[in-house]
Amino acid sequence: MTEQSVGIVAPQTAHFNTPLPLKSGGVLPEYDLVYETYGTLNASRSNAVLVCHALSGSHHVAGVHADSGAVGWWDNLVGPGKPLDTGRFFVIGVNNLGGCYGSSGPNSTNPATGKPWGADFPFVTVEDWVDAQARLADLLGIERFAAVVGGSLGGMQALSWTLQYPERVGHALVIASAPKLTAQNIAFNEVARQAILKDPEFHGGHYYEHGVVPTRGLALARMVGHITYLSDDSMDQKFGRSLRHDKPVFSYDVEFEIESYLRYQGDKFAGYFDANTYLLTTKALDYYDPAFDYSGDLVAALSRATADYLVVSFTTDWRFAPSRSREIVYALMHSDRRVSYAEIDCPAGHDSFLLDDAQYHAVLRAYIDNIRI
Amino acid sequence: MSFQRYDYDVIANWIEPGERILDLGCGDGSLLRYLGEVRQVRGYGVENDPERIVACARNGINVIQIDMEQGLAGFDDGFFDHVIMSLSLQAMRNTQGILREMLRVGREAVVSFPNFAYWRHRQAILNGHMPVSKNLPYQWYDTPNVRFFTIADFDTLCEQEGIAIRERLAFDEDKVITEEPNFLASVALYRLGRA
Repeated sequence: MTEQSVGIVAPQTAHFNTPLPLKSGGVLPEYDLVYETYGTLNASRSNAVLVCHALSGSHHVAGVHADSGAVGWWDNLVGPGKPLDTGRFFVIGVNNLGGCYGSSGPNSTNPATGKPWGADFPFVTVEDWVDAQARLADLLGIERFAAVVGGSLGGMQALSWTLQYPERVGHALVIASAPKLTAQNIAFNEVARQAILKDPEFHGGHYYEHGVVPTRGLALARMVGHITYLSDDSMDQKFGRSLRHDKPVFSYDVEFEIESYLRYQGDKFAGYFDANTYLLTTKALDYYDPAFDYSGDLVAALSRATADYLVVSFTTDWRFAPSRSREIVYALMHSDRRVSYAEIDCPAGHDSFLLDDAQYHAVLRAYIDNIRI
Repeated sequence: MSFQRYDYDVIANWIEPGERILDLGCGDGSLLRYLGEVRQVRGYGVENDPERIVACARNGINVIQIDMEQGLAGFDDGFFDHVIMSLSLQAMRNTQGILREMLRVGREAVVSFPNFAYWRHRQAILNGHMPVSKNLPYQWYDTPNVRFFTIADFDTLCEQEGIAIRERLAFDEDKVITEEPNFLASVALYRLGRA
């Protein structure tokens, strides 16, 4: 079957009135989750697959939005005839709590004050997101997911699903991820956060009320992130030392093409993403550590899992290096879980997980085809 | 019965039901699949060839993509009941290292390899050509094999490395060879332990 798009899709919103207790000790009294679905839930409700998004992702995983023409962020993976075949599976994408694409987050209204939550939006963790996703699954009548899939921070959610709701997940696909961040990785997040927090227009996170956006800080945060998502080689190949004026002009304006690229990416991102969401999400990344309550013993932490796993990493990914994925693989193996691991030779760094590298998609397709529904 | 299948039966006979098995150089996972069927093993394969990784995923085999030449760091001591390397040892550079690693992570190791001293191979050399046979199906210029050794050589290495040979079976095709195996056998299978 040839690969096709799922076509025009539209998000839906689910409202939840039952308070959600959070890992921080806080409670979200009520909240919205925005989600999209692709394909059809079968009669036995056994073909549902949850796709979890990463730092800047959203519920819009596949297909096209009629108004904006925006294509889903993992459209190359999800659709009829694609590796995650919507002819077979009922696929769900959901914008996480604290997000800025319609689910309750810092830029939505705090019901207690009638004003935007801003910095008062409670800290949310990977575990909280999974809890919220589980409630959405309840609402949609899905008792058990055939698979939960995610890359990067999304992979952490897929892993966490198998620990928080072991009986509700058949397979977890954990891609370009890690069992916890390293100090270096947290350090990058901290630089990004400081850029936002120190922006004079941040106003302690209540910038909405001041009618401003800390775009300079947010753009800077994104620039740092972008550097870490690409590999040295891919950056060199794409931009090298290309100069806009073909020779140095001794200026702080854009000279090297890489400067132009980073500024463009930063500014673009600052134009649509929410700074408070960026802060919250990077903290969720930093806090994730399922082995923390087990004295750092990941095998012990994984012992309650019952799912089967596919773990995938990319050779040039230094933000979520293959060695970090291997930690997950060995811990799963030593927990007697069924696990397969592919290390894809792809030049694009961390961003590889969003691309359609032939070997990468061949592995995903072969694995997913064997998922029984 | 093809040789491959015969090889599998010998290995299966050395394995108890429900064991934890690691198959190094597992190819498309067919040995693990077979051991899963006849011994209900909890099996993991190691491969580093992209196409074989896909084949294993297709066959529903647990496969872990790493370069065995780098050893088995990350695998706990004694985690596996048997660590198998079927017809791959001759393609490994770090021969001693991988044998040590196999017996570190496994209680026992199972190794099979083509015997370069097989009489037909000797005959080929006498006739002035590198041997090409069912178990050495490559030309000298495209062979993945990098270590060329015999049953006698392997016995010597085991002694030198303090590896206990628990059992050895030699074959010519599917026939068991008991007399002069280093001359008459094309393939040998060993069950190895720590001395």
